Amino acid sequence: MKKVISMLMLGIMLFSVACSGPKEEGGDTTAEGGATEVIKIGVFEPMTGANAAGGEMEVEGIRLANELYPEVNGMKIELVIADNKSDKVEAANAAVMLIDKEKVNAIIGSWGSSLSMAAGPIVLEKQIPTVGASCTNPLVTIGNEYYQRVCFIDSFQGTVMAKYAFETLGAKKAAIIQEISSDYSVGLVKYFNDAFIELTGDADAIIGTANYSTGDQDFSAQLSNIKQLNPDVIFAPGNYTESALLIKQARELGITTPFIGGDTWEAPEFLEIGGDAVEGAAFSTFFTSDVPITKESETFLNAYRAKYDKEPASVTALGYDAYLVILDAIKRSGSTNPVEIQKALATTTDFEGAAGMITLDENGDAVKSAVIKKVEGGLFKYMTTVEPIK
Amino acid sequence: MDLELFLQQLANAISLGSLYALLAIGYTMVYGILRLINFAHGDIFMFGTYMAFYMMTSFMLPWGAAFFIAIILTIAFGVLVEKAAYKPLRNSPRMSIMISAIGASFLIENLAIVVFGGRPKSLPVPDLFNRIIHIGNVSVVSITFITPIITMVALAVLMFIVNKTKTGMAMRAVSKDYEAARLMGIDVNFIITFTFAIGSALAAIGGIMWGLKYPSLLPLMGVMPGLKCFIAAVIGGIGDIRGAVIGGFILGLIEIMLIAVFPELTGYRDAFAFVLLIVILLVKPTGIMGKNIAEKV
Repeated sequence: MKKVISMLMLGIMLFSVACSGPKEEGGDTTAEGGATEVIKIGVFEPMTGANAAGGEMEVEGIRLANELYPEVNGMKIELVIADNKSDKVEAANAAVMLIDKEKVNAIIGSWGSSLSMAAGPIVLEKQIPTVGASCTNPLVTIGNEYYQRVCFIDSFQGTVMAKYAFETLGAKKAAIIQEISSDYSVGLVKYFNDAFIELTGDADAIIGTANYSTGDQDFSAQLSNIKQLNPDVIFAPGNYTESALLIKQARELGITTPFIGGDTWEAPEFLEIGGDAVEGAAFSTFFTSDVPITKESETFLNAYRAKYDKEPASVTALGYDAYLVILDAIKRSGSTNPVEIQKALATTTDFEGAAGMITLDENGDAVKSAVIKKVEGGLFKYMTTVEPIK
Repeated sequence: MDLELFLQQLANAISLGSLYALLAIGYTMVYGILRLINFAHGDIFMFGTYMAFYMMTSFMLPWGAAFFIAIILTIAFGVLVEKAAYKPLRNSPRMSIMISAIGASFLIENLAIVVFGGRPKSLPVPDLFNRIIHIGNVSVVSITFITPIITMVALAVLMFIVNKTKTGMAMRAVSKDYEAARLMGIDVNFIITFTFAIGSALAAIGGIMWGLKYPSLLPLMGVMPGLKCFIAAVIGGIGDIRGAVIGGFILGLIEIMLIAVFPELTGYRDAFAFVLLIVILLVKPTGIMGKNIAEKV
């Protein structure tokens, strides 16, 4: 009996080790079209842990793009998915693994600016072109010629939300609750802070700031302090799980102030965990399926709806675009050499993506419009589009 | 801090502290009887919460029945962990069992990622636990009152079992010396299994209450609460059930008041809990209620 149990445990252990390895997809090299050569694109995303929903939504878009466009220059594209486990250390490991072990020619990822920044020095050193889908912190691409992204950056997003708070909500005094261990949240808060002070012309327009760490579940102490200050609006960008719990606890404490945040809120878990409490919460994001922007948007939306039978999230469209941008660069460079691909990638101009036209600036950032969505009736509802500042 | 804010923060502290206390009881009881720090306690707690979730969502059971079945399943799971990971090492040095406990903990966490999935799930909260009560300007959710009551009931039931019943007497005997207990005709294996069953039931109850207060379920959700409750148990004097309750409340109070009074130190909340653990171990290793017992290794 003892032996049986210990053998069983050993089996389970081996199984769970086997499950944690990288997953390869589309690896069938003798597929139709006669493509025999394979070019590998690494995908490093959080598939488990606190950011898993974000990673999964981006991977959906990347896979869809791979299904629609499986080949380039007569070569088959193989996706190698590595889980960065929502952890900064694991993110660096995942990037090293993709480059050294899997020998990928380019990388897509990651949801979460902190995770992307952990991989930044590695892709720079190994000279592997990397395209972020939805990591919005400016520091991801600054000083890193191998990192670019297909989304706008937080200096723009912070301004958009400050304007929304001031003009649409008519707020004069704002409170901030930031996820102190997230580069994304802290960065976005800084831009919001500056823009809101400028808009109101009041140096004391931000009446209070509270912090929490990733993974925290109890926010009652911070919220009780904020409640005393009685702000007109609370800006609380952060991971969707923590943010949903935060807003839920705020309502339980009798805080009726509107909550606004950033693009990370757009995850089904935000609605599930938050329930009625997140009604009315507004945030800026990248894309809406209500108003298709380009011809590629329609291709993407039709294929996505046919496959998943639901509406795509913004980050799904961005994952799709990140794949297409790399594909385009490989096509234009006519090479599999990462350095050549990077050269072509850097000159991406007016590329038609699903979430808008993509032109990469000198830092490798895309200049794009933002959309504002609001939770209404348990759904994300499109409110308005904000054009970029030229 | 004015009085109103202080009362609100006090309510917050009681709410958090009673959850820590509830979890710490199970932790400390297993240690008290077996001298084993059950590192898998936090993971059994996670398992209980997920079971409640599946009973309510997949099987559509009313919450009372769902919680009851979840507790039963968690007891079975806890006993299975004991049989698989601890029983084969019964006569090995304590260190081996502790390492086995750490291994079991990692195994359960990673299996949970594979089986339950890495995306957070949301436990549906029955209305009874979610009612908002306003007392003046202080707002509290009804679960804030329910958790301390459950904690106190659990404490009373446990004290009764350990001190007044025959099984409890056997448990105390096993905790003193299980060679001698066996010679006295006590079925040591049964007593240990029974101890784990109670510990797991407490973990499940704690997990469900935790899930109702913070309805976001993750495979690693048990890690931090598990460590916090270990700290609470050490503060109260590990092995002492009343001490665990006091330790839980103290930890909750310190955490909330730290953030309330020094908001800029919020990021160090968890670090503070561990600093507290180190201080207690240095100054009074036996904790508040602990007695000085010679280590019997």
